[in-house]
Amino acid sequence: MLKAFLVSSQPRPMQKKLILDSDLLDITLNRLCQQLIENHDRFEETVLLGLQPRGIYLAELIHQKLKNLIKAEIPLGFLDTTFHRDDFRRRDTPAKASETRVSFMIEGKKVVLIDDVLFTGRTVRAAMDAMIAFGRPAKVELLVLVDRKYNRDLPIAADYVGKYVNTIASQRVLVEMLAQGHKQNRIWLINND
Amino acid sequence: MISNMSKLSQPHLLGIKNITPKDIELIFETTANFKEVINRPIKKVPSLRDVTIANIFFENSTRTRLSFELAEKRLSADMINFTASNSSVKKGETLLDTVNNVLAMKVDMVVMRHASVGAPHFLAKHIKAKIINAGDGTHEHPTQALLDTFSIYEKLGTLAGKKVAIIGDILHSRVALSNIFALLKMGAKVMVCGPPTLLPKYISTLGVTVEYDVQKALEWCDVANVLRIQLERQQIKYFPSLREYSLYYGINKKLLDKLNKKIVLMHPGPINRGVELTSDAADSHHSIILDQVENGVAVRMAVLYLLAGAAA
Repeated sequence: MLKAFLVSSQPRPMQKKLILDSDLLDITLNRLCQQLIENHDRFEETVLLGLQPRGIYLAELIHQKLKNLIKAEIPLGFLDTTFHRDDFRRRDTPAKASETRVSFMIEGKKVVLIDDVLFTGRTVRAAMDAMIAFGRPAKVELLVLVDRKYNRDLPIAADYVGKYVNTIASQRVLVEMLAQGHKQNRIWLINND
Repeated sequence: MISNMSKLSQPHLLGIKNITPKDIELIFETTANFKEVINRPIKKVPSLRDVTIANIFFENSTRTRLSFELAEKRLSADMINFTASNSSVKKGETLLDTVNNVLAMKVDMVVMRHASVGAPHFLAKHIKAKIINAGDGTHEHPTQALLDTFSIYEKLGTLAGKKVAIIGDILHSRVALSNIFALLKMGAKVMVCGPPTLLPKYISTLGVTVEYDVQKALEWCDVANVLRIQLERQQIKYFPSLREYSLYYGINKKLLDKLNKKIVLMHPGPINRGVELTSDAADSHHSIILDQVENGVAVRMAVLYLLAGAAA
């Protein structure tokens, strides 16, 4: 409905707007790390879980930065949510799974889930379900780089947010990371017309 | 939102013959993910919670059936079991009637083993549910081939260029045929070895080499997949005695140690200890027989997941 209002009769080229460039992103990540340190101090009872497939690059960046800041080892794992998704058999093809690498138990720990973009909240719901297979955490927090406001399907909110963006459903947030083979760390907002 | 979607080229898994190398790769990738799942403290995921699966076994099975049952349970599917020996099949019901009656109870998938070649292919033409062939006569046993090739892939890192010898009763073996298809599709070289009476006449037209001397086969190969002598399928005598067979074609530890190289020893089970394999060989460090069984559950989870998730 909304789309019908916005789309003119002339096809427009794909619009791409830079939300965070490399420098700003670095400042944002540093701030997120400081916020984490504020709440988790020495990270003795805290573990980080990056969500597959794209949250793991952010998780690795944050993990590295935290290690440099507090000079201590923090457990880092990668969690795949594919087998816990709520849209299985509601699509034509099953989602392809990624590797889960959690080499520690999370029983009684404080877990920080890390993902690049928070959109409908369904991935986070699946992640919480998947996470329970490794124990009952004392507390779960959510860190995201980009929070797409007004798009939530579920009552889920992030505890740490890099940047809030007002988006409509037809738009897309593109996160480019060095570790994924891109030239720079950059985040774009794309209009799919 | 999710770009990472993938599905098999076929709606059923009837055999390895009609799936693509890409399908096999996708199954391998998914298997690796499920292997991690079944090694967790909580080994269950909710993917198939609204799927009902009927395991229909017209032939005896221990491993395959347990493995399928466990795979279904680990995926949270609902399952019903059916064995021909205590069913209305004994009263004269046809295969199609039996399966249609099962499907009328709202079943989504059928895992079937049948003594007749092509039984699952026949069903696929006549019913709407998705079908997985768990062995049809002496024809194909696709999930066994997938778990065998996955086990080799896991052990050696690749299948391309690897030399695999399949040794024993090739004539009556559905495991052999499915393995040959799977191995060739993944770029491995395949040799079959056994007494001439137990090798099908035109087997080399599949693209495999034939060897009658087990020692030469072992010297050639990286992987030896040893098959059971299927006495229950042999209506006539194919060799003088089991003792003579084991003397010429049985594999023992001494034979393996003499090779002076790394070799991977496999067996799809059930082993007839002392016939095709001696105990010291089956339990030696060469053997990955129990890894095969573990991988069997993960492979079947992958196949069930990929087939159940795809639109019909």
